[in-house]
Amino acid sequence: MANRITREQVQHVAGLAKLEFTDAQLDAFTPQLDDIIGLFETLSEVDTTGVEATSSVSDQLNVMREDVADNWGQSEALLKNAPDAARGFIKVPAIIDESEDNE
Amino acid sequence: MNFETTIGLEVHIELKTHSKIFSPSPVAYGAETNANTNVIDWGYPGVLPTTNKGVVADGIIAALALHATVEQHTHFDRKNYFYPDNPKAYQITQSDKPIGHDGWVEVDVDGVKKKIGISEMHIEEDAGKNTHERDYSYVDLNRQGTPLIEIVSKPDIASPAEAYAYLEALRQRIQFTGISDVKMEEGSMRVDVNISVRPVGQEKFGTKTELKNLNSFNYVQRGLEYEEKRQQQVLMSGGAVQQETRRFDEKTGETILMRVKAGADDYRYFPEPDLPALNISDEWIKELGDAMPEMPTKRRERYVNELGLTDYDAMVITQTKEMSDFFDATVALKADPKMAANYLQGDVNAFLNDNHVDLQATKLTPANLAGMINLISDGTISSKMAKKVFKAITNGEEPKAFVEAHGLVQLSDPAKLQPIIDDVLDANPQSIEDFNNGKKRAVGYLVGQIMKQTHGQANPQVVNQLLMTALKQ
Repeated sequence: MANRITREQVQHVAGLAKLEFTDAQLDAFTPQLDDIIGLFETLSEVDTTGVEATSSVSDQLNVMREDVADNWGQSEALLKNAPDAARGFIKVPAIIDESEDNE
Repeated sequence: MNFETTIGLEVHIELKTHSKIFSPSPVAYGAETNANTNVIDWGYPGVLPTTNKGVVADGIIAALALHATVEQHTHFDRKNYFYPDNPKAYQITQSDKPIGHDGWVEVDVDGVKKKIGISEMHIEEDAGKNTHERDYSYVDLNRQGTPLIEIVSKPDIASPAEAYAYLEALRQRIQFTGISDVKMEEGSMRVDVNISVRPVGQEKFGTKTELKNLNSFNYVQRGLEYEEKRQQQVLMSGGAVQQETRRFDEKTGETILMRVKAGADDYRYFPEPDLPALNISDEWIKELGDAMPEMPTKRRERYVNELGLTDYDAMVITQTKEMSDFFDATVALKADPKMAANYLQGDVNAFLNDNHVDLQATKLTPANLAGMINLISDGTISSKMAKKVFKAITNGEEPKAFVEAHGLVQLSDPAKLQPIIDDVLDANPQSIEDFNNGKKRAVGYLVGQIMKQTHGQANPQVVNQLLMTALKQ
C-alpha cells in the first residue's frame, strides 16, 4: 500500500458523510480507496503545460432561464414519496441541533 | 491595557425574484407547507438545475450598488454538508469566483466618515426550514432554493457602532436597488457576526467568537458591545479567548456560550458540475448600471445642498427608496421642501406606524400631499386645519376639494374679521380692563372668543394683529 490515504482520513470522510464503519470495514476500505486514488494519479502523468485551468468539462456557457415562476404542483406526490410526512411537512428523526442555520 | 476590536459581518440578503435560483418554483411567502416545491428543490436523482437569469442580474446590481468589481468569469461551487433542510446534501453557492469582490460602503459614526470594505459577495441558494418538536423534526422546503446574496465585510469594522452603521448603509443601498426588502424582522436580511480583540500594537488578530440570534441592528450592536467587553476582561485577567459560538440573550443583553468550535469546517467545495460557467458581458453590466436609481448618499447630498434640509431630515427621508421618491415627487409639485420633509417624518410616519403599512400600500399620493402643503403655504388653511385635511388625504381625497366641501377656509380678510373682533371687545369690557392693567392673559381669552365666533376659521396671525391694534387704541 502506497499510503495515499490514511485510516484516520477514511474515518474522517465517513464521518462527514454520516457513515459509521467498523474496524474491519476501515481495514478493508482504506487500501481500496488508496488504489482508487492511485488510479486517478495516472492523470497527473499527462503534460498540461500551457493548458489553462477550467472549472468545467462542458463547453457550454451562460445557460440561463428567464425569471418566470411556474409551480409544477408536485408537492402532494413528493410528500407521498417521503419516508414519513405529517401536516404537509416531511417528518424526520429529531435533529439534535448543532448548527442551527447552515448556509 | 488598551485594546483594538475587529468585527466581521456576513450578511445574507434574500432576493425578491419571482422564481427560485435553480428551479422555476415560485418564491412567495405564506404558501402552504411544501406547496412551492418540485423535484429539483427536493434534490431528486437525475434532475438538473438551471440558473435563473434574474438572480445573476441582481448579483451584478448588488455588486454595482456596493462599489464592487463584477467578476465577469464566474461559476457556482458545491458546498457539501448533511442536514434535513438541505435535501441534495450540498448547497450550490460560489466559492472561488464570487460574482463581486472588493467593494465598500461609506459610514458616518458621530460625524466621522469611514469607508468599510467588502471582501466579496456571492449568490447562492437558501435551505429549507426545520421545526423541532420533541421526538421528530419537521421540514418545509418552500424556502429551499430561494436566492440569496451573501456579503462578507473586510476586517475594517473597529467598533459595535461602526457595525451598526455598516449594516444600515448596506440595507439602504440594497433597498434602493429594489432587489430585496432587506427586512431583518421578516428574515430577508440576516446577519452573522464575529468579533475579536487584541492589545493595541499586536499584529496578529485575536481569537474570534461568533454571535448568533441577533435579530435586529440594535441587538447586533448590543451583542457586540457585551462581547467586546467580555473578551477584554478575559485577556486582562490573563486568560485566553476560546474560538466559540455564543448566543445573544435579548432579555439580559449578555452573550451565552453555545458551543466551542473544534477544527475548521470541512465542506469539500468543488466547481458545480451541473451548471455551466457564466461569462458576464460588459454590455449587460452597463445596461444594469444605467438602470440603477440614484443612491441614498447622492440623494442626501442633494437634499442638504440644493433643498436646504438638515442632515438629520435628509437621513430620515432616505430610509427607504419609496419615502425618498415620494419626497422628490412632492417637491417636484412645488411643495416647500422643509414642510414636505416635516410631514413625511411626522404625520406620514406616524400614520404608517399606527397602521403597520408601507408607504406604497397607502392611498397617500405626492400630488395630494403637495396640494395640502401648498394650501398651507398660501394661507388658505392653517396648519391646525391641515390635521383634518391630512386625515382626508390618507383616504385618497383631493385636498382642495375636501377643503371646499368642508368649508375649511381660513378667514384672513381684515374687513371680515374686524366687526367680529369689535363685537367680542364690546362684550368683554372686563378683559379690556385686565389688559390695560398689564394682564397679558386677557389677550389669549379674547383670541379664544374670536376663534369661537369664527368656528376656528380665523387666521390666528391676522386676528392677533387686529386685536392688538384695537386694544392699544
